[in-house]
Amino acid sequence: MPSSAELDALRLSLEVALRSVAFSLPFAVLIAWLLTRARFPGRMLFDAFVHLPLVLPPVAVGYVLLILFGVRGPIGGWLRAHFGIELAFTTAGAALATAVMTFPLLVRAIRLSLENVDRGLEEAARTLGASALDRFVSITLPLMLPGILAGAVTAFSAGLGEFGAVITFASNVPGVTRTLPLALYTAMQSPTGDALALRLALLSFALGLAGLLAAELLVRRVRRLLGP
Amino acid sequence: MLKVAVVRKRPEFTLEASFAAPTPGITAVFGRSGSGKTTLVNMISGLLAPDAGEVRLDDEVLTDSRAGIAVPAERRRIGYVFQDARLFPHLTVAGNLRYGEKRARAAPQVIGFDEVVSLLGLAQLLERRPRQLSGGERQRVSLGRALLSQPRLLLLDEPLASIDAARREEVLPYLETLRDRFAIPMVYVSHQFDEVLRLATHLVLLDGGRMLAEGPVSELSLRPELQSIVGPDLVGAVLEGVVTRVDPEHGSADLTVGRGTVQVSVRGAPVGSRVRLQILARDVILAAQPVQGLSVRNAIASTVTAISNDDYGQVLVRLDVGGETVLARITHHAQKALNLRAGDAVWTLVKAVSTRGHAFRITPAGV
Repeated sequence: MPSSAELDALRLSLEVALRSVAFSLPFAVLIAWLLTRARFPGRMLFDAFVHLPLVLPPVAVGYVLLILFGVRGPIGGWLRAHFGIELAFTTAGAALATAVMTFPLLVRAIRLSLENVDRGLEEAARTLGASALDRFVSITLPLMLPGILAGAVTAFSAGLGEFGAVITFASNVPGVTRTLPLALYTAMQSPTGDALALRLALLSFALGLAGLLAAELLVRRVRRLLGP
Repeated sequence: MLKVAVVRKRPEFTLEASFAAPTPGITAVFGRSGSGKTTLVNMISGLLAPDAGEVRLDDEVLTDSRAGIAVPAERRRIGYVFQDARLFPHLTVAGNLRYGEKRARAAPQVIGFDEVVSLLGLAQLLERRPRQLSGGERQRVSLGRALLSQPRLLLLDEPLASIDAARREEVLPYLETLRDRFAIPMVYVSHQFDEVLRLATHLVLLDGGRMLAEGPVSELSLRPELQSIVGPDLVGAVLEGVVTRVDPEHGSADLTVGRGTVQVSVRGAPVGSRVRLQILARDVILAAQPVQGLSVRNAIASTVTAISNDDYGQVLVRLDVGGETVLARITHHAQKALNLRAGDAVWTLVKAVSTRGHAFRITPAGV
């Protein structure tokens, strides 16, 4: 029987990953669009900046978040003063840290699908009377859907296991920020946690595999629906 | 009237063209691949901006670089049928057809959904996806989609180029129906002279980004600029005539052309209808005296008006045949043997079957 600690960790991981994807998806679409279609000075630098979390130590990302979004940080302080939102050491904070870490994955997948959208179809929509926003919503976005879904599922799966940035920024509070990998780490530190650690590790393994398979199946399904 | 005067300069290609096309009517933009035909229609549609110039449709200015006017493509109400159809893959045929219709609600409704579906034979295809259609079906859907956006002008960029020759008949008759039933002016891009002959009333000739000539098809058929593009085998005067007698048993008809009558092979053209035919220069035989006992169906007294060397080492003779101009290609030897000079009287011989495949029923301009 799974203990309540395991269920808590599983539920938290799912919640954190889901919130992080839901939060970052619109931004990822916007930034993928900017990187693919817009021409502006400093585009390369911006591109590199977006991909930084892929190469930085997650602890460094968590640390920067703590400086910016901590209770006394410039953004964190402002959020608390105006909206009463606190991010450090909360579930929302864990979601934010996860979102930042998985953001490059999301942007990459969406960008790839946007690059594959035939501009000729957008031109055709234009001659049929569709404005820029109309074209994006009625043509570009539906044709990007396979990439968006694949990116979202991959980011969700990766988000279930985000460790370094979460523990640095949101700490390891049971029931609040102790997600699967944090629970696994905690169990490994405890002299009596061997069995729990093994169960948590297997759970992570199963979740990851299911996520990747789901992404692949989803993409195939949508592709078949959209046609070549 | 569609007035176009545009310049677009790029290091690799410069396009310069200016013409006035009658509306309604079909204007063919004719030229080899790479002559700038697509660039030209893209500038009419507004998808591409000229470096300088203007585009006017009837009384409306669509582009005027000097006045800084550039109506965006989505507000021009100019339909565009692309060479590769460009149907939206995530929508059904019906969804594709409705796409333009939905966005043209404010425009005067000329053509309705049901009318387009029955006219283009799309009823069986409505629930299908674009990938389940043949090339000809795709172009018909694309045509229907453009028509339902209630366009004031329809641009067709080689709509038959990606369809194999045998299947072009799946689309061509529909284009003729559109021309005859609706007063939508069209600009038809092509590098097939047969299509031009069959559909167009006005011709714009492009070569290497430059406009060589423009004018009515029959007038341009006599110009050397066209002859150099279509090649030696398709040189020949284009004439228009009225059917005066039909012989359905033998598939032939008598046409009044100018002041004379010619017998041609043509089907599906009732008495009284207007027909366009091309008399290929290579099929015309000249005789110094009246001849007898030949199988040739047309022997007409005519006058040589001009003689010139063509680009292919032969002689092109321009003839006045009953008030119409006809071209004949003969060899230098033949010219010497007949001692032909401008002003000479000759007999022009044309086989009735020579016009086969080149005689098409057309409707009077303005219908």
